[in-house]
Amino acid sequence: MLEVKDLHVTVEGKEILKGLSLTVNAGEVHAIMGPNGAGKSTLSAVIAGKEGYEVTSGTITFEGQDVLEMEIEERALAGMLLGFQYPVEIPGVKNIYLLKAALNAQRAANGQGDMPAPEFMKLIKSKIAEMKMDASFLQRAVNEGFSGGEKKRNEILQMLVLQPKLAMLDEIDSGLDIDAMRIVADGVNSLRAADRGILLVTHYQRLLDYIIPDRVHVLVDGRIAKSGDKELAKELESRGYDWVEEESAA
Amino acid sequence: MASQEMEQLVRREYKEGFVTDIESDTIPPGLDEGTIAFISQRKGEPEWMLEWRLKAYHQWLKMTPPSWAHLDYPAIDYQAISYFSAPKRPEDRPQSLDEVDPKLLETYEKLGIPLHERAALAGVAVDAVFDSVSVTTTFKEKLGEAGVIFCSISEAIRDYPELIKQYLGTVVPVADNYFAALNSAVFTDGSFVFVPEGVTCPMELSTYFRINAANTGQFERTLIICENRAQVSYLEGCTAPQRDENQLHAAVVELVALEDAYIKYSTVQNWYPGDEDGKGGIYNFVTKRGDCRGDRSRISWTQVETGSAITWKYPSCVLRGKDSIGEFYSVAVTNGRQQADTGTKMIHIGEGTRSYIVSKGISAGRSNQSYRGLVKIGPRAKGARNFTQCDSLLIGDQCGAHTFPYQEIGNSTATVEHEATTSKIGEDQLFYCQSRGISEEDAVSMIVNGFCKDVFQELPMEFAVEAEALLNVTLEGAVG
Repeated sequence: MLEVKDLHVTVEGKEILKGLSLTVNAGEVHAIMGPNGAGKSTLSAVIAGKEGYEVTSGTITFEGQDVLEMEIEERALAGMLLGFQYPVEIPGVKNIYLLKAALNAQRAANGQGDMPAPEFMKLIKSKIAEMKMDASFLQRAVNEGFSGGEKKRNEILQMLVLQPKLAMLDEIDSGLDIDAMRIVADGVNSLRAADRGILLVTHYQRLLDYIIPDRVHVLVDGRIAKSGDKELAKELESRGYDWVEEESAA
Repeated sequence: MASQEMEQLVRREYKEGFVTDIESDTIPPGLDEGTIAFISQRKGEPEWMLEWRLKAYHQWLKMTPPSWAHLDYPAIDYQAISYFSAPKRPEDRPQSLDEVDPKLLETYEKLGIPLHERAALAGVAVDAVFDSVSVTTTFKEKLGEAGVIFCSISEAIRDYPELIKQYLGTVVPVADNYFAALNSAVFTDGSFVFVPEGVTCPMELSTYFRINAANTGQFERTLIICENRAQVSYLEGCTAPQRDENQLHAAVVELVALEDAYIKYSTVQNWYPGDEDGKGGIYNFVTKRGDCRGDRSRISWTQVETGSAITWKYPSCVLRGKDSIGEFYSVAVTNGRQQADTGTKMIHIGEGTRSYIVSKGISAGRSNQSYRGLVKIGPRAKGARNFTQCDSLLIGDQCGAHTFPYQEIGNSTATVEHEATTSKIGEDQLFYCQSRGISEEDAVSMIVNGFCKDVFQELPMEFAVEAEALLNVTLEGAVG
């Protein structure tokens, strides 16, 4: 589904990713872990198309398409969706309006007309219930005045509505208390499907107690230094990242 | 307003218009006493009106154009302007939409203007558009039953001289400013509204519906009076782009609210902004002022300004009556090389007066925009309150936004609050929307409309929807 090959990325002249390769297949949950500054967030940002990241070499393909040639919105419409670590506030724009615009943009790309309002409301109501969010969220401006936990739940809500083929979640656990993390994790688990890939970027192992990954990758100094199954995450929890860094330096 | 009513209004105004009695004569450029006498005579005005105009003219001669605004334009040659031109005859106008500039029609399409209105807006000869069913009578009857007078200012001068004498020039005196003096001397058209005591006007009044005339009045004069406990909502302008061979526009609008009266005045202005280099655009120098004369009266200005090469406009409220309220809600959008210096004045005179200002400025392209606001609290305005919120949004890095807030507080019991922000349309906001599959253009429009929401919700429903569409058209191509 997603194939990243020997990816080199610089930000403001500094090389952050130094030959990263990764393959995510449909039905798999991959966790990208690593110390701060290793380039974890850079990877998902580059896949989503954020400006300011220069790809100096390497390729990213998604279902055979050259991702680097696609506009930001084309990537989303192709099925790659990024859940933000710091979701952005948009004053005056109702949450429900953003959801509707995004959903209808997706439908338009698939040659469908706008979703009829009653059908849309029904869909949204079931999804906000799933995220244990109050219906008043829909009428509030996008992320404005939301608590950290509310913002993260809102990101997952968008995923549940838009049903991406590849869900990328950037530090979705940061700033969450344990209850909020459970709700977010439940939301992510409900996204698990045979035809969907999930890429989790996280600093802490604790999220992986709730979302069991198929593969765990440790990112050190712009490369994947070590890959393994869920046991690797546990090992990192007890031993820290240093030993991987030493191992990869050796 | 029900769509049926709208339809009726549309038909009524386009059928009958306000200026049908004028023959197709025009006078050569230039301004002197003779010009003014000609205008007054063409309008069939009484002697006292001519004297009033001449007094204004002599006042104007002694004045100089204001130079304090943050605007840059060449000096205007007032002798090169023609001060009276009759509307085009039907046979000189396009006979059907096929003869109209397709680009103009495309814009109407984008704005969602109903088909039957497009022809009229594009200046297609009216008789070719509408059948002769006269709904004028029903419209006039409805207002007449309520006792509301709604007619052209010229008619009012002839038919209601006592009201005109009592109120004209009492809110914006002849000598108020350069453009107001000029307008007082040469105004040719405009509206008059009188709502008698205790009456709520049964419909929204609009000039939208008489845009058909090629000459919408270069120097418009509008006077609206609400007696005790009377209410009216008045809509001025049109979202459709308006071109005009007259470059200078200097309108004067006067509102008078007596005890417990409420006047809501909404404007959508979309005059031709000029070409890419800003050439040929309209200069819009407007004086709008409301006088809250009665206790507990309320005047509310809402404006959406997207057009004109130059905008100079400060709708104001004089809060004389005890506990009277003044409101100003504004969205101003500039793109290309447009310049706008706009804002408001709230003059608190009476006790317990309150004013509320929300100004949203959006600058794109190489445009320049200033908010200029005065809040003045007089010595007798015990417990007066003002709240001002003034936000600017910049799109791109070649435009400018400036804020000039003035406060003169003459009473220590007053509360005056001012909040101002300037932000660039956030790349992170754009990225957030786009990464949800929303195109850049739609994302910009979503963010901008969100920014303007506080003002749009003050607009009458049908205006609000068109205003959103208008914003999108104005900002087309502003990003990327």
